[in-house]
Amino acid sequence: MSASTYLPAGMPRPIPEPDGLDRPYWDGTRAGELRVQRCRACRGWQWGPEWICHRCLAFDLEWVTVAPRGRVYSWERAWHPVHPALKDHGPYIVVLVELPEAGGVRMLGNLLGDPRQEVQIGSAVEAVFEPHDEAAPPFTLVQWRMTP
Amino acid sequence: MTRERSIRGQVAVVGVGETTYYKHGRAPESEFALALQAILRACDDAGIDPRQVDGFASYSNDRNDPSRLAAALGLPELRFSNMQWGGGGGGGSAAVGNAAAAVAAGYADCVVVFRALAQGQFQRFGAAPPGGTVSGEAAFTFPYGLISPAQRFAMRVMRFMHDHGVRQEAQRAIALASYHHAQANPRAVMHGRPLTAEAYDASRWIVEPFRLFDCCMENDGAAALVLVSAERARDLRRPPAYLLGVAQGSEYRNAARGHNAPTYASSSFTTVAPHLWDMAGLGQKDVDVVQSYENFTGGVLMSLVEHGFFAPEEANDFLTPENLIAPSGRLPLNTSGGNLAECYMHGLELQIEAVRQLRGESCNQVPAARAALVISGPMVTPVSSMLLGTEAVR
Repeated sequence: MSASTYLPAGMPRPIPEPDGLDRPYWDGTRAGELRVQRCRACRGWQWGPEWICHRCLAFDLEWVTVAPRGRVYSWERAWHPVHPALKDHGPYIVVLVELPEAGGVRMLGNLLGDPRQEVQIGSAVEAVFEPHDEAAPPFTLVQWRMTP
Repeated sequence: MTRERSIRGQVAVVGVGETTYYKHGRAPESEFALALQAILRACDDAGIDPRQVDGFASYSNDRNDPSRLAAALGLPELRFSNMQWGGGGGGGSAAVGNAAAAVAAGYADCVVVFRALAQGQFQRFGAAPPGGTVSGEAAFTFPYGLISPAQRFAMRVMRFMHDHGVRQEAQRAIALASYHHAQANPRAVMHGRPLTAEAYDASRWIVEPFRLFDCCMENDGAAALVLVSAERARDLRRPPAYLLGVAQGSEYRNAARGHNAPTYASSSFTTVAPHLWDMAGLGQKDVDVVQSYENFTGGVLMSLVEHGFFAPEEANDFLTPENLIAPSGRLPLNTSGGNLAECYMHGLELQIEAVRQLRGESCNQVPAARAALVISGPMVTPVSSMLLGTEAVR
């Protein structure tokens, strides 16, 4: 287990989709950037990744680096280990974070810090990039922590 | 009835069948044999020779292929085979609707809706699938330990409870009602295992806001229903349960990836339920008993709200054990014990319980039940629900 990651080693590792749709997101996290899609035609924000703009139906989505901060839209504290890597690990927190500066799209991640902490919907959080350099292929997860 | 096109009253459930319901991994037969047994029992219940079956409908990628079923049963011909898209139990009522549509349209005359599960022989729902890498939607969830159905849906319920001040006791009441009903049901896996409020409160968290007893079981078994036209139903030996309405689907961008559904704190029924009521030409006050799929109690809670039984702010007052228990409750709920306490037959046991109520044969009978609502698979997409009724409300 690496002390530099929130969850233990051995969790499922993300790889970009074979069709390339979400590769710019994963390339962005490696570079310490949080990227989401935005339509060049109607300027609407979009997440998760898709080939077409759901508003105006243009196939003209660009990847925009957005401010790595948001607020907690919802959360959960998981106790039951459903993956072998989580056996005997104890509770952990997953948050759904709304990004007001990117049209309110939502991002997932773990909430860093005490896994038994009180969580309030609406709390301000900021992104923390969690590299997994030793993985094959390497990847970086976006995690969240309470804004000091 | 004002709709130009409707299936209302045209098709009926005339036979139901179930295997013994087993604990997860305990079925002595193969999943396919279980499916055959349930189908044969449903035909026997209807008084129909199994060789008269000419179609099959199922959901959630059931592994038991209709062509193999037709071959095994020696059917003279197969005229309809249908799989409802989507996972979980969301297709339970849709599969009945699809089968009924085939009968009404003349594609087939006698269609069986079935579901068979022997998870011990395959991959379990509540555990992570094997494999070291994930892509697509799972790449944004699995690395964070957001993997199982309970984990996938807990944040929807958490947000709903936050928005409307819903307390844990509202979820608890749903669990207590199911366990209460199961104690009178000898078929139930949890028969003889009563649940108290104290035991619920002391149970471990699976993922907040779901405790152990907020989560469905996983079981082995099979269930089946036989559908024929209303005209033919009248000549058969059991009282027909007429399909009065059925609807399936989900709201705007429900499946937007990474938990980006605009209507997030929802059971996915906000657009579906109004279509059901419209087709049935009945309202909430006409419903005598409800069977509502419990993957998790919070999903039942939101389903009942979205089907119009109470406002979100009324959930704490409405959802009490007294209100949900047959025969005296305001809205008897999951009167066989359902997915929590009878058997997790992916909800199809709920369809059968609705038929039983209309025949007056439930272990927890609601007096003179004439209309029974079934709600299938909240929080997934597509979801579905249906209303069955007796001749009196057809």
